[in-house]
Amino acid sequence: MRALTGFTWLLALQAAGEALSRLLHLPFPGPVIGMLLLLALLRWPAVREPVAATAQFLLAHLSLLFVPVGVGVMTYLGVLGQYGLRIALVIVLSTWIGMAVTVLVLRAGARRRDG
Amino acid sequence: MADFVELWIYLSSTPLFGLTATMAVYLLAQWAYARLGHTPLANPVLWSVVLLAGALVVSGIPYQTYFSGAQFIHFLLGPAVVALAWPLWTRRAELRARWLRLSLAGLAGGAAACAASVGLAWLLGLPADVVLSLAPKSVTAPVAMGVSEAVGGIPALSAVFAVLTGLVGALSGKYLFDAMGVPRDAAGWAARGFALGTVSHGIGAARAIQVDADAGAYAGLALGLQVILASILMPLAFAAARSAF
Repeated sequence: MRALTGFTWLLALQAAGEALSRLLHLPFPGPVIGMLLLLALLRWPAVREPVAATAQFLLAHLSLLFVPVGVGVMTYLGVLGQYGLRIALVIVLSTWIGMAVTVLVLRAGARRRDG
Repeated sequence: MADFVELWIYLSSTPLFGLTATMAVYLLAQWAYARLGHTPLANPVLWSVVLLAGALVVSGIPYQTYFSGAQFIHFLLGPAVVALAWPLWTRRAELRARWLRLSLAGLAGGAAACAASVGLAWLLGLPADVVLSLAPKSVTAPVAMGVSEAVGGIPALSAVFAVLTGLVGALSGKYLFDAMGVPRDAAGWAARGFALGTVSHGIGAARAIQVDADAGAYAGLALGLQVILASILMPLAFAAARSAF
């Protein structure tokens, strides 16, 4: 029952986010606005307690949710066959550059604080 | 035999097929991942995608038929993005204390990943729609599709690139962080998780959750932050670039 209530909150807030995004022509996708709305509502135990159980379950199995989109790679085998090596190079290098920059900015702050 | 063929044709064309196949293959991949000591190369998303896409290509079942069932799992990405408010809420005291540094790191890392992918793709002479589809690949798949549309890419291709980027981060992050000398203490795990979530979104976060609780929480935070930053800044940056050239 509690998990169902939590799931209903997530759906309702996503729907509210979609509505706000369209009505106000906001640049965020609906679920992002839903996330911000939920962040504001979590201070109330009536929302927090049911949402906690559902959110932890969904996020623990987050990687499953990417499988259907990932299988979509099969529809782009043509593009990937034609440009595969270059695309792989771009993805690998930009991923490493992004992660390295993130760590360097974070660690620069940590080192300065430690003296 | 004819009955069996008829039954197979019926089953493989109902939504039941895509849904059941996704769940069963993922559980199998997850079991193998645990048996192999959670080594990055045994990543369950990677092997689920390889097995499912391979089986569909070999058996000639179109992706649309598969997706008619798998869409029920895909749909949960929306509520999962809303649910990201939960890890943010549980770490709110820490976030209030470190928000400026974390925002800077998220902004710099996300911008570097986006600029590097667009810049490299352009230098390597990839077609314009592929270049633009690569731009939002560090943002979690459902949001990457929205951003892709806003910057002039192909949403479905961006979603595939986002999954591939997630896999590259989940597979190689450990080795990159070790090579950079990031320690394995509380602050080090936070930095590793945050970097994985910033660049490799949900798939990186799923890997981080597996390795360390702090790393997992910071990865969830980074992925939420990236969603907000990218969905505001990326369309603005590309609109500005377009009017400048």
